[in-house]
Amino acid sequence: MSSPYEGRANKDASIVKQGTRSTLTPGTATGERTHTADAFLIGDSMTGGYGSGADILHDCTIAVEKGEIAVIVGPNGAGKSTGMKAVFGMLNLRKGAVRLDGEDITALTPQDRVAKGMAFVPQTSNIFTSMTVEENLEMGAFLRRDDISGTMAQVYDLFPILKDKRRQPAGELSGGQRQQVAVGRALMTQPTVLMLDEPTAGVSPIVMDELFDRIIEVARTGISILMVEQNARQALAIADKGYVLVQGRNAHTGTGKELLADPEVRRSFLGG
Amino acid sequence: MIGDLKTRDLLLFAFVALLFVGTGIVQSWNVSLTILNMGLISAIMALGVNMQWGYAGLFNVGIMGFVALGGLGAVLVSMPPTGQAWADGGLRVLLGLVLGAATVVAAVLAWSRVTRFRGPVVVAILVIGFFIFRAVFDGGVAAVEAVDPASTGYLGGLGLPIILSWPVGGLLAAGAAWLIGKTALGLRSDYLAIATLGIAEIVIAILKHEDWMARGVKNVIGLPRPVPYEIDLQNSEAFVARMTAWGFDPVTASGITVKLGYTGLFVVVLAILLWLAQAALASPWGRMMRAIRDNEVAAEAMGKDVTRRHLQVFVLGSAVVGIAGAMMTTLDGQLTPGTYQPLRFTFLVWVMVIVGGSGNNWGAVLGGFLVWWLWVQVEPIGAALMQGITAGMPDGMWLKAHLLEAAAHMRLLTMGLILLLVLRFSPRGLIPER
Amino acid sequence: MEPLNAFVTFANFVLIPATAYGSQLAIGALGVTLIYGILRFSNFAHGDTMAFGTMAVILCTWGLQSVGISFGPLPTALLALPVGIAVTALLLIVTDKTVYRFYRAKKAPPVTFVIASLGVMFVMNGLVRFIIGVDDQRFADGERFVISVRTFREMTGLDEGLAIRTSQAITVVVAVIVVAALFWFLNKTRTGKSMRAFSDNEDLALLSGINPERVVFITWLIVAGLATVAGTLYGLDKSFKPFTYFQLLLPIFAAAIVGGLGNPLGAIAGGFLIAFAEVTITYPLKKVLGYLLPESLEPDGLVQLLSTDYKFAVSFCILLIVLLFRPTGLFAGKSV
Repeated sequence: MSSPYEGRANKDASIVKQGTRSTLTPGTATGERTHTADAFLIGDSMTGGYGSGADILHDCTIAVEKGEIAVIVGPNGAGKSTGMKAVFGMLNLRKGAVRLDGEDITALTPQDRVAKGMAFVPQTSNIFTSMTVEENLEMGAFLRRDDISGTMAQVYDLFPILKDKRRQPAGELSGGQRQQVAVGRALMTQPTVLMLDEPTAGVSPIVMDELFDRIIEVARTGISILMVEQNARQALAIADKGYVLVQGRNAHTGTGKELLADPEVRRSFLGG
Repeated sequence: MIGDLKTRDLLLFAFVALLFVGTGIVQSWNVSLTILNMGLISAIMALGVNMQWGYAGLFNVGIMGFVALGGLGAVLVSMPPTGQAWADGGLRVLLGLVLGAATVVAAVLAWSRVTRFRGPVVVAILVIGFFIFRAVFDGGVAAVEAVDPASTGYLGGLGLPIILSWPVGGLLAAGAAWLIGKTALGLRSDYLAIATLGIAEIVIAILKHEDWMARGVKNVIGLPRPVPYEIDLQNSEAFVARMTAWGFDPVTASGITVKLGYTGLFVVVLAILLWLAQAALASPWGRMMRAIRDNEVAAEAMGKDVTRRHLQVFVLGSAVVGIAGAMMTTLDGQLTPGTYQPLRFTFLVWVMVIVGGSGNNWGAVLGGFLVWWLWVQVEPIGAALMQGITAGMPDGMWLKAHLLEAAAHMRLLTMGLILLLVLRFSPRGLIPER
Repeated sequence: MEPLNAFVTFANFVLIPATAYGSQLAIGALGVTLIYGILRFSNFAHGDTMAFGTMAVILCTWGLQSVGISFGPLPTALLALPVGIAVTALLLIVTDKTVYRFYRAKKAPPVTFVIASLGVMFVMNGLVRFIIGVDDQRFADGERFVISVRTFREMTGLDEGLAIRTSQAITVVVAVIVVAALFWFLNKTRTGKSMRAFSDNEDLALLSGINPERVVFITWLIVAGLATVAGTLYGLDKSFKPFTYFQLLLPIFAAAIVGGLGNPLGAIAGGFLIAFAEVTITYPLKKVLGYLLPESLEPDGLVQLLSTDYKFAVSFCILLIVLLFRPTGLFAGKSV
């Protein structure tokens, strides 16, 4: 075990705060930097894994152009979220590179990438539950020193329900509303890229459609969207670019329509 | 059992032994043995805490309370009963206690059985019970405490040999631990640390306040000994003749003989407990305990009753601490509730366990000896250091006087530094868990 | 039957002392709860931090007194407070950089911090004893009473008197100011909100660009302020003795836990709850009841529910009851 105190007394609530500890660890970029293609944001031929563990990604490439929606789909355990995290700098890359707008950002920490204009919405724990909706948005804009009221108004335009609930603690909202807060928080940084890890996990189909509509709207404003989705069919329907990953490798790549039409993709992932 | 040790560990023990031998040569054997005897007791305390922390990962910050309960055990077992006090109010006190306990039991039963007006019923039971308890109990206490308050004023003990108090002290501590564990470990998440912190203070408050039990802050002195008195040895012609023949001063020799007597007894207890602890750790029970510690979720999924196991190990560890507490009071020959302080009796034991090695019984024992030796010796070393530092200052300078006086407080600073250094550079302790 | 006299007695011996004590506990518990919320552990060194801060204030007070500076009717210690806070802040920051930061960087299990805080507790305790010794120090000067028993009697014509000591009045006033300032900071300023965000969801705070080291730094600064203020107020009200401060740890922890660890509002409520319970249950109510009840029913005994020796038992029982029924404290859910 890593620390002799790992198994001891960490459940004692009178001395140790319960709940999830921070899991966000910056990755490393040790190996060769590859350059095989160009895009606005590209994770180029990435190979690597968590910590010193086995490689999860193998020569995997994920890219998105400006104002487009790229979707990563694939079976369970295919490394979808891992691929996204690699692009965001949370993986130890043994080979490959990440470039944003032509600049090599492979060695940057996730926080530095936030400053470069990348916003990330984790799958779970993606809002500040004890803070009001408005405070959540303010925290999203923490790095900005300019006037944020314009951006906040845009977020409220995009998600009108949030405006009504802006003084409510975000933890009291419904699942779909929480996801809106999470996306809204990420948008407050005025990012050039928005990365979403399974934004529709656990929400009802109606809410899901609504959320996808909003995501399309966001993309129309020129923000690139990279998202991992469990609901492959609906996601590919709105995707400009789709990546099907299998065991950490690119299995199929194409536009959303192409992939939806590809018989093999249909057979193996979309249930016929 | 010693086969579990590696060469490095043996060297560490040899080093600690050297410290004691050195103390014997440089200072005196009397001093060295005094430190050793308390070192043995400290080792047992550390052993008990290591069972809780090392095996199961329970954070007990109420060690002081269990030590004091052991000490109470020593008084209750060994002191002669105060006949007059029993006649005047002893039974009334006991009746009061029984009524008090009955009230609590009734309240708990009511809580689980009554369905309507549960809250008010329980509160009513508690309030009425409390006043009945106080009415019966207070009168008895007053009568008991009125009996020759200068020398007794308490119920006294059973008048049995004091060695018997060691297991009894363990039992008292175990009983208290069961109560605490039952409440603090059964909650949704554990609250053991604060529960033990609180209960330790309460135990001390009871010892200080309940004069009928062990004379409170008036202290019980002159506890019977398991070993001969120095004065008897000095009066024994055979002893004096033998010591003179061996070339020792009979007075010094009597002191050392008595201390060696304690040492012998303590070594036996430590050896038995250490053997048991090692056997337990290596048994399926011990393996399960560590498995639970390392992955509680998996253990629970496999059907292990985690709370029950935790309660078990908490009670056992506290019992060991209680035994050590009774031994300490035996060694001191008196129970002085005013001297129980958390820094000395709770947190110092923690330093011993962390420095020695969490999860390793031998480590805890080593830590007990080493840290106790340091605790005692840091003071003279600090004083010498201050003498050196202030040597160049003129006499009568305020700083010089202050530094010399303050040298006595170096030990806390040193203990803190040692704990921090070990935690940082050798977090597994001197003898790591295997 | 004289309810007014009964009330005055009750106020004099229970309400006023408990309010002052409760304020002190509340400020102490706020410090514990902030560290718990942000750094995720219970700081066992908090009592000794309070002692250290108070010591710094006392030394500075003595310095001021020796050059003839005083604060009129108010205690000189109030003037020394900023210096004491600064010195304590320095100590806490140095401690963080030398001790805790290492474990943060390693993402050590939280209990490691608890054990480290035990070491820090020893060091600070030793430091305080080394510098100022173990004896009682009284450092309150200025006017002793706002209202003395005699003035009150003359003013009202009642049999019973009511005294408000300056230290008690100052405690309450300072506590109100400190708490208001802290809540304003946490709820209205960007930095304060970032602290709450960090306490709520560390990873998301990082993703929002909040710098954890800065949050921790500010936390220690605030904790230094809270600990020094709490310690100084307690010392002015009673007296300064390092060991007593160490013992305050239990009621302070109890207050913080009863309120719900990590919740500032809870810490304040917990502080007052514990203080009122301790004082009420250990105060002999004979005199109060004597005024309230008809003569025939007047109690013979002191009607002291528990001896003052058991004041820890009271905090503890409240804690136990709260935990049994509300395992996360009274104000769970809303963290720092």
